[in-house]
Amino acid sequence: MREPLLFLGKKLLRAVLLLLGVSLAAFLLLCASPLDPLQTNVGQVALGSMSPEQIARLEAYWGVDQPPLERYLGWLSSVLQGDFGTSLLYRQPVLAVIGERLQSSLWLLAAAWLLSGILGLCLGMVAGAFQGRLPDRLILAYCLLISSTPVFWLALLFLLVFSVWLGWLPIGLSVPIGLEEASVTWVDRLRHGILPCLTLSVTGVANIALHTREKLIDVLSSEYVLFARARGEGKASLVLRHGLRNVAVPAVTLQFGSISEIIGGSVLVEQVFSYPGLGQAAVTAGLGSDLPLLLGITVVTSALVFAGNLVADLFYGVIDPAQRRKGGRL
Amino acid sequence: MKPVLQIDHLSISFTQYSQGMRQRELPVIRDLSLTLYPGQIGAVVGSSGSGKSLLAHSVLGLLPYNSRWEGSILYEGQPLTQERVESLRGREIVLVPQGVTYLDPRMKVGPQLRRGKRDARSREKSRMALERYGLPPETEKLYPFALSGGMARRVLLASAVMDFPKLLIADEPTPGLDAQAAQRVLGHFRELSQQGAAVLFITHDLELALTVADRIHVFYAGETVEEAAAEDFAQGKLRHPFTKALWDALPQREFRPISGAQPYPGQVEGGCPFREQCPHPGPGCEGPAPLSLRPWQGGAVRCLYPEQEENV
Repeated sequence: MREPLLFLGKKLLRAVLLLLGVSLAAFLLLCASPLDPLQTNVGQVALGSMSPEQIARLEAYWGVDQPPLERYLGWLSSVLQGDFGTSLLYRQPVLAVIGERLQSSLWLLAAAWLLSGILGLCLGMVAGAFQGRLPDRLILAYCLLISSTPVFWLALLFLLVFSVWLGWLPIGLSVPIGLEEASVTWVDRLRHGILPCLTLSVTGVANIALHTREKLIDVLSSEYVLFARARGEGKASLVLRHGLRNVAVPAVTLQFGSISEIIGGSVLVEQVFSYPGLGQAAVTAGLGSDLPLLLGITVVTSALVFAGNLVADLFYGVIDPAQRRKGGRL
Repeated sequence: MKPVLQIDHLSISFTQYSQGMRQRELPVIRDLSLTLYPGQIGAVVGSSGSGKSLLAHSVLGLLPYNSRWEGSILYEGQPLTQERVESLRGREIVLVPQGVTYLDPRMKVGPQLRRGKRDARSREKSRMALERYGLPPETEKLYPFALSGGMARRVLLASAVMDFPKLLIADEPTPGLDAQAAQRVLGHFRELSQQGAAVLFITHDLELALTVADRIHVFYAGETVEEAAAEDFAQGKLRHPFTKALWDALPQREFRPISGAQPYPGQVEGGCPFREQCPHPGPGCEGPAPLSLRPWQGGAVRCLYPEQEENV
């Protein structure tokens, strides 16, 4: 019973160090940013007409008058007490903003993540099983094309085709404009989520399919598959019984590791579709020098990514028999 | 009696791209003939890189796509086409591979033996097969990594006797085993041959082959250089200088290493591949005509001057 505890303790320590490092890095980047919070948020003209006292008050509000180290330590000490502060732009507690944004982002991210994982695994399996033949070439071409396409460009393309030309789907936002919140149905939300979700999963598929294909080709050229063939197992049995089983472990690891990519992609995609999610809030906070909100988002998303990797590690122990024997130790 | 397996003039070559786009045929096995009767154990002995495993793969229809073979392979008198071998392999024609790496690392022994079948009949068969080699039924629940070397070997043997094999091909089934364990494995082969199966035993270990096989086919650089009865070795009736050198290299004989090295596939264009190492080369050994295997004193030899061996 001591080993799992030790494992968990180590992971926890690592998580704390990671969050510290990431928040510090985000803070330093914001400090180094050439954007002056007063000029961007108040405006040059307005600033010019203000009295020095007013400006001093604004400087105090945006925290410009404090030395950087003091600011960071101040933020850190209140976070350790459970207070993530108040967003300077939204004038709401940071956790409330994040909670609201995460709510609308989470199902989008989860759907895109699941879709790209399942689709990527299927495409990769098909490509690997038909290595060098037509299905493989088509899938490979698709993956390479998508991998070399910037995600925001793809988002714009989808917007152009499905919303502007075909008019099937709304152009942006997460709910129809000018509607009371009470009268918004889940169908409305779904319709607004389709395009961002599609963009995210279409890009995520390529990576997973390519990895799965590579791994399946490895498995199919292994000695144990040769022996299975010598024992009369057919192609379907080789791919589904031996292939899938041996591809599953790396595929699941990759899938949980890809959470960071989906979150990273969502920042761009939500911006393009004006989707009021976490990604968009991150951009707003970054450009508007909203330090508490930006650091809050950074910490929350890093924790999500870390949790994904942790799940992958634990899962490894569950589905890999050789790991299971060692009692889940990694 | 009809032979189970009859291979005539089998040649295998690979298509290789050398220097960019220049395609060339790389011969790896040339003009191999071999006949196996029911109840007989035939050994193919040669050092690594002589193309032995490809012989097993060609009989099982497992050659890679960039290879080509010619000659004829007859199984019970009928040509062994790809279609036919696919319906026979795993049932009548079985392979016993080298070791545990030939088992799927993520599948338990039981399902692996049963090839995905789940019916009671298959369960009974896998249990019996394991029992035959002294493995308890619990072995079915183990993953390959939990098997010891000897257990893995017995599981591989058990996989061969799920049905009633008529032809068993053992491709180096004994590396890493001590002499005693190797003898036990060979004992199992002998038992199967006594029940009427033909066994093709592919090995680099001449000493081991001599203890179990009826006929020995000595393989050198992709060619059979000699076919001899097992007794011929002890009686000093060997026909080819390489066989002789291999025999003399055994520890209990003179323990004399063979000088020189086996040429790579495609290196020797014609003549005798052993000529550089031969103690008595003569005219014609340089080629250009390839030598053919010819009957000689109860066996066969691929040498222009086999009578020289009798004088040594």
